Amino acid sequence: MIAPAVVYIIALVGVPFFLAIYYSLSDVTVGSVGMKFIGFDNFRYIVGDPTFLRSLKNTFIFAFVSNLLVVVLAKILALALYRDFRGKWIVRFLILLPWVAPISLGSIGWLWILDSIYSVINWSLRALHLVGPNTWPIWLGDPQLAMISIITVHTWRLLPLATIIILAGLTSIPQDIYEAAAVDGAGFFRQLFQITLPLVLPIMLVAVLFGVVFAFTDMIVIYVLTRGGPYDMTQVLASYAFFTGIDGGALGTGSAIALFLFPVLAASAILLLRVARRAEVG
Amino acid sequence: MYKAKKLGGKGINFGIIAAFATFAAFPFYWMLITTFKETLDLLNTGNNPFIYNLPPTLEHLEMLFFDTLYGKWLFNTAFVGVFVVLITLVLAIPAGYSLARLTGRLGEQLGIGIFLTYLVPPTILFIPLSRVIAELGLQDSLWSLVLVYPSFTVPFCTWLLMGFFRVIPQDIEEAGMIDGLSRMGAFVKIVMPMSIAGILTVVIFTFTLVMQEFVYALTFITAAQRFTVSVGVPTFLVRGDVYFWGSMMAACFIASVPIAILYNFFVDRFIAGFTVGAVKG
Repeated sequence: MIAPAVVYIIALVGVPFFLAIYYSLSDVTVGSVGMKFIGFDNFRYIVGDPTFLRSLKNTFIFAFVSNLLVVVLAKILALALYRDFRGKWIVRFLILLPWVAPISLGSIGWLWILDSIYSVINWSLRALHLVGPNTWPIWLGDPQLAMISIITVHTWRLLPLATIIILAGLTSIPQDIYEAAAVDGAGFFRQLFQITLPLVLPIMLVAVLFGVVFAFTDMIVIYVLTRGGPYDMTQVLASYAFFTGIDGGALGTGSAIALFLFPVLAASAILLLRVARRAEVG
Repeated sequence: MYKAKKLGGKGINFGIIAAFATFAAFPFYWMLITTFKETLDLLNTGNNPFIYNLPPTLEHLEMLFFDTLYGKWLFNTAFVGVFVVLITLVLAIPAGYSLARLTGRLGEQLGIGIFLTYLVPPTILFIPLSRVIAELGLQDSLWSLVLVYPSFTVPFCTWLLMGFFRVIPQDIEEAGMIDGLSRMGAFVKIVMPMSIAGILTVVIFTFTLVMQEFVYALTFITAAQRFTVSVGVPTFLVRGDVYFWGSMMAACFIASVPIAILYNFFVDRFIAGFTVGAVKG
């Protein structure tokens, strides 16, 4: 009974995946009828392309900086949410919003918040006299600020998932361990570092892996906020593959760019499996 | 736990939660505020953006629903959603059930294999798929999305359903089969009614995924008439030099918040699925 599902998935995930590899070794374009096998020419070409190299670097920066922030912030938030309080469900609902709402629409909200003329952030900064009357940061127009903006939006987007996963991990720790520790005289920090953190670590790893996969392969935030600009300074692998392969029509080159995502995904998958296996044994 | 809890600790806790909740929800609050603001009010940099300097207006909502294709995009999204939900249920229910009953190494490996495909992102597959879609003559048709979306909804939903079916004891089905039901009959008459919660979760989850999907829709669809909400708003309403901020924010808010409320009821199920059993209970 599992066969139909497996066939469907193989046809629409497995086959395209191998097609992607095949395309990356060919000169296929959108309009072309046939295609020629050209070996590693696409890879040779993109490795010499400065925009590709910047995309590669940006992809890593976005994925790692935002996930570092996410892990630290999610841990703090999860600890704060662990306790029961009135109105918890509404807080949880608000915190989950960025994850649940379609990210393309959430990003438009940010596009407006970061607007070059009407940015509410700039208005507030000026009203609070935190910036001088002659400074007006162009959040999405300046390469450095654009990177910061994108990392902020990624962090905003991934924080809910990580928080909820870590919270689930916290809840699964048996209470008697804490009681025993308290009897033995362990204080808050001792309990945090010697009980909570070690026990939550495998689950935090799951949260991080998903975060890395989502941030690493995402192009939506970039597409909506900057389209890779200014001057391709914020391009990532996924968006550059899109602009090259679909907008530019060079399917082969685009596929080659996208395939650079694969090693990180494979590594994440292997790590995730190890966590899952350990959980089953334990 | 945490015995040394004083009022100060509580205050800090509250502060942390308030700060994070503000960070998370601010863009949505901002969408709501902007939705009802006069354009003149929005575009006057001297005005305090946090308050209504001119009386609130419904002009942006009117424009959104009468002068843009927004209603059509909502309809398209729902249309694709319904078919994808159907395909997902037809494929994932039997698959999840057999994985739950298939004990031993093979079942386990098949299950993990299916889950892992969920990690293969659209951004690796969209280029070859665009060509496949063209070969099938489905380019610029909503059916292309109906065809492709189950490739990511089925793996995760199979995994979710497997968890649900596993907790139903096999004895119950066997008792039903002794009473003369076939295996299929036992499944339909006994197991399915007990898994309504699971099936409902899958329906909601699939629908959310369809609403969120962006890359495939952007790649396969070109006519504004056939966009889904997640692509129509950022590509079509942003086009040109004039940004219709009021309408855009209304469009984002309307499409985001109801689905978020629905999702909130089911969130624990998703987490159980996401953590691959690393979190129990």
